[in-house]
Amino acid sequence: MTTAELTKKDTFLAALSPLQFNEDSYFEGLRNNAKNELAELDFPTSKTEYWKYTRLGKIVNNTYTLGQPDKIDITNFLIPNLEAHVLVVINGYYSPELSNFTEIDGVTLTSLSAAKKQGFEGLKKHFNQFTQDKKEIFLALNNAFHTDGIYLEVAKNNNVEKPYHILNITTGNNTISQSRNLFIGNVGSQVKIIESFINVGGEKNFNNHVSEFFVAENTHLEYNKIQDKKENNFSIATEQVYQEANSNFTINTATFNGALVRNNLNIEVDASNCETNLNGLYLGKNKDHIDNHTVVDHKKPHCNSNEVYRGVLDDESTGVFNGKVFVRQDAQITNAFQQNNNILLSDNATANSKPELEIYADDVKCSHGSTTGQIDEEAIFYLQSRGISKKGALKLMINAFAKDALERISIETLHEYIDAKIEEELS
Amino acid sequence: MIKINNLHASIDGKEILKGINLEVKAGEVHAIMGPNGSGKSTLSSVLAGREEFEVTEGSVEFDGKDLLDLSPEDRAREGLFLAFQYPVEIPGVSNINFLKTAINEKRAYLNQEPVSAKEFLGMVKEKSALVELDSKLANRSVNEGFSGGEKKRNEIFQMAMLSPKLSILDETDSGLDIDALRIVANGVNKLKSPNNATIVITHYQRLLDYIVPDFVHVLYNGKIVKSGGKELAIELEEKGYDWIKSENVEL
Repeated sequence: MTTAELTKKDTFLAALSPLQFNEDSYFEGLRNNAKNELAELDFPTSKTEYWKYTRLGKIVNNTYTLGQPDKIDITNFLIPNLEAHVLVVINGYYSPELSNFTEIDGVTLTSLSAAKKQGFEGLKKHFNQFTQDKKEIFLALNNAFHTDGIYLEVAKNNNVEKPYHILNITTGNNTISQSRNLFIGNVGSQVKIIESFINVGGEKNFNNHVSEFFVAENTHLEYNKIQDKKENNFSIATEQVYQEANSNFTINTATFNGALVRNNLNIEVDASNCETNLNGLYLGKNKDHIDNHTVVDHKKPHCNSNEVYRGVLDDESTGVFNGKVFVRQDAQITNAFQQNNNILLSDNATANSKPELEIYADDVKCSHGSTTGQIDEEAIFYLQSRGISKKGALKLMINAFAKDALERISIETLHEYIDAKIEEELS
Repeated sequence: MIKINNLHASIDGKEILKGINLEVKAGEVHAIMGPNGSGKSTLSSVLAGREEFEVTEGSVEFDGKDLLDLSPEDRAREGLFLAFQYPVEIPGVSNINFLKTAINEKRAYLNQEPVSAKEFLGMVKEKSALVELDSKLANRSVNEGFSGGEKKRNEIFQMAMLSPKLSILDETDSGLDIDALRIVANGVNKLKSPNNATIVITHYQRLLDYIVPDFVHVLYNGKIVKSGGKELAIELEEKGYDWIKSENVEL
């Protein structure tokens, strides 16, 4: 550990220190725990295995100003034809003016800060439960200094049809924001959430985001994450998911842009008969660096998990995939499938792929695979020989490859939007 | 329709075609036969525009145009069709979607209006029936998970959809059982017209029982060494390719 690195962390903490929260002692206590944890932690270097392929220099060397509430026109960020409750968080602050939703029975929906003031039971029970003492500096930073975000709790046996669409926006230049969500699906509930991570205008903004998910027995929860941070911006997003028996959790992550994007997805499957789907697509251009780290921890028997991550990397972009699946000793009859496929469109693009399986049970079906390559020339020629231009043939094939990764998005209009977006980005 | 004149081609510096001369007129069916390694597939690859092959000498005129000057896609748009010996599987790209793209790119090239959805669906229905191709296959990814016979039928289905002027069938009979062979040949025969032409490349005479050629050419060692009517194919079947080889040694 060098003094230079210590200074970076100190600079970082100094930028965050003016934040005032005025929370009750319980939540203040949680923040203080995290601050104590931070004292023991430091920014990872390329020697840290978990961060081996992602250098954080761009993020940690920058000097930030604290994000402030802001008001912008959100029309362009809405998904066409999507009927959804819209919730807006800007620079880590909930914006009641820009949000547009109806209150429905069985759903508790507020900003996280309001939920803390109200002291909801669900909040006290689940908030910070899956994020503390993980020895991860960015998680600890968010635990200590998160500003605001969404609190969504669906009551027992409620099937919420209309999805929730969160617009998580950063504005300005060199803005640091730390948003935080908690999603609770109580026993037998169903809910679908979309969260778009957007940057407006400036550059070198850094959003360190955390979402926690509590997926109770028999609950179906789908979370669709769209990362579309144009220009030169940084994002670290962590999802901590906890699944109870017979539950179904699906996450689809589409990353279109971003100078540095790191997703940490951690799913704890702590009961039987669960299904877990985690799918991702990343399209890298220019010098984009997009990193997906996933962990599925199967602790109990009779569960299935399916994971497909695909990347299309152009120019000098880099894709990183590290998927870990643990199958603990008790987790017999687990089916776990994991796949990462990359297409490199340029000689200077890079894919780092590391699928990992750790199996301690003996009666399981698990597989993992990873491919990285160029487009099949023979297929291109085949399409050309039917009259399709080389460019058109490439487009057909890359589109097919990319779209396939996000097949499990169940919201039709979102699916169409994503497909159109893929075509636009790849054209 | 196509005039091949003294065509020489090589791959990795090795000459495979050593001066092919062939003229095919509209309405004709030509068969090109020959032993393995004689250059049959190279000829079809060179005509379709595979980049690995280098044309070192000669010319090919297709409907008045210099074929060798055109990109593979432009050759197709001008009306050349190659039915592949080994059709390629393309996961994720639907048969229908790709054919629609192909037809519309061809139409755009010919300054024609794009095909309407109704017209296209009508075509799919009609042409898939021609080769008894299950309409479900038409909706699947290109050749993915198709049986050998289904792949070959899909080639003829695509040929029917694109209505080319000149079709080159490269060993279309390979890997087909007798029923599939009949279906494929039937499809080809139904597509025959006074305005189009077919080159059938095959190792065996069997296919020519169903697709009856007007002319048969024997390719050996990169050259056409013998030409004749359909009886030549039968003679070849009886005497075997050794007959040609020994004759050529004597030459």
